[in-house]
Amino acid sequence: MSRRRGLVLLAALLLASVCIAVLVGETPLRAADYLTALTTPGSASGEILWTIRAPRAAMAALIGAALGLSGAALQGLLRNPLADPGVLGVSASAGLGAGLAIALGLAAIPGAIEASALLGALVAGALVVALAARFREPETLILLGVSISAFAGALSSLVYNLSPSPVTTAEVLSWMLGSVANRDWPDLLTTAIPAALGAALVAWSARGLTMLTLGEETAALSGLPMARLRAAAVGGAALLAGASVAAAGIIGFVGLAAPHLVRRFSGDDPGKTLLPSALAGAILLVLADLAARIIPTEQELKLGVVTALFGAPLFALVAWRAARSWRS
Amino acid sequence: MTPSWSLEGLVVRLGSRLALDGAGLSVAPGEMVGVLGPNGSGKTTLLRAGLGLLRCGAGTACLSGRPVNALSEIERARLVGYLPQERRVGWNLASLALVALGAPDQPPAVASGIAADCLQRVGLAGFEDRGVLEMSGGERARVLLARLLATRAPLLVADEPAAGLDPDAQLLTLELLRAEAARGAAVVVTLHDLTLAARFCDRLVVLSQGRVEADGPPAQALSPDNLRTVFGLEGALIEAGGETVLAARRVAQRPAAGR
Repeated sequence: MSRRRGLVLLAALLLASVCIAVLVGETPLRAADYLTALTTPGSASGEILWTIRAPRAAMAALIGAALGLSGAALQGLLRNPLADPGVLGVSASAGLGAGLAIALGLAAIPGAIEASALLGALVAGALVVALAARFREPETLILLGVSISAFAGALSSLVYNLSPSPVTTAEVLSWMLGSVANRDWPDLLTTAIPAALGAALVAWSARGLTMLTLGEETAALSGLPMARLRAAAVGGAALLAGASVAAAGIIGFVGLAAPHLVRRFSGDDPGKTLLPSALAGAILLVLADLAARIIPTEQELKLGVVTALFGAPLFALVAWRAARSWRS
Repeated sequence: MTPSWSLEGLVVRLGSRLALDGAGLSVAPGEMVGVLGPNGSGKTTLLRAGLGLLRCGAGTACLSGRPVNALSEIERARLVGYLPQERRVGWNLASLALVALGAPDQPPAVASGIAADCLQRVGLAGFEDRGVLEMSGGERARVLLARLLATRAPLLVADEPAAGLDPDAQLLTLELLRAEAARGAAVVVTLHDLTLAARFCDRLVVLSQGRVEADGPPAQALSPDNLRTVFGLEGALIEAGGETVLAARRVAQRPAAGR
């Protein structure tokens, strides 16, 4: 499959999955209701479609695209198929930032949680890159990422442990499980701005990611401004991951899975994998959120739980295959 | 004529070890210089420091007469192509796409044309679509050599380009670099095979413990004295079948490498 055909296919699948996510839901609607919703958006069925389901599906698509792009950028930058904002602790650090802001009572200040989450993501991203420059073995970097993730998780737990209000704790814990439920259109805009900035940075770094295939030294002498391109890739990946954690909590494995689904038809080129990874991430998360909504459980499943259930075994599979290629 | 690359008095400390202790070399357009020396003598460090990839404690490194650290990334890339010793490739790019990365300034179609030509020169015509991680180590080394050729830079620096290759590929590699020198490029290669070095290089720079022990034509740089003191070998370059070869055996007691 050529890259162009792959992109068209992904775009069509994304459109289809968003349509299904808007049409299918807990409240059963008949054909006539859909017609009413289309003609009179203010009607009861119109409310369900346009103020509940559509923003939720759009938010799932946005977060999925951000995570897919973030994962693709980190994998290219670190030349490691196991890299992903969740695995490397970027998401957990963003979660720590957001949790800290909530515990300190900053939630009332608009943008405080988002800014704090972005800061956490940027710090972790910078740390990961500094470690990657020092330790060449791909396995080592993943292990260090796991430690960053675990440490940020421990600090988050500490914050909730010491938090005086049990209501806040319950609220934050539920948020940490990851969800895009009950989002409205302004929420979408708040997330889209940092995500768009991150996407622009990552897109600009694409040439550098491709060149890094040849290794640090060759890339450094290739004529590309590698220091700036690397900084853009890290900053962009952290912004994307931070924006999605601020908006939807910690949703793992989308950033890991999306690049793997599209790498083959992108010619294995990390620069050309970016856009298809964003599309694939969006599809994955829209479908995962649809699953979370329609699987009949007493309490609605959290999106982060669904992605982890599917994502963790996939991580093991990718690790299995990567370990074989590293040994050869 | 301004040398393509001139390194003087480079001092590099790696951790607590003095990796380069005032080493240098100079190479002119059309000249092929071999950098020799036992493991740990500072060959790779000399190349990396001379290209601005390592910070030097002292000394000067100039590309076409201009200090390497004063050049922009693009200016430096136009003056030199580098083939590092490390042959790890991150992703399974098609070999044509990988070689085309050697000419990033060119429009994609032109870069692909250059890449196809370079793949043919290294004997890999027909391998354009093959993923580099699906190739053997020797084939991958040739793809990376093709990437170096695709830079078409006036100075080509290759670190151990012949390591791990079969005899035919070793000779092909050095013939191709020799051809680049013939078209006017300056070429610097590090080598462990002293016979290959003596056959293909105009001049040899012999390093030992971060210092230049000899710099001159092969017969002079690989004199029996230098062979003994630097490499711990008892022997000489001899003519056999119209080619220069090294006939040598180990000295029973290798000279102490400590300092």
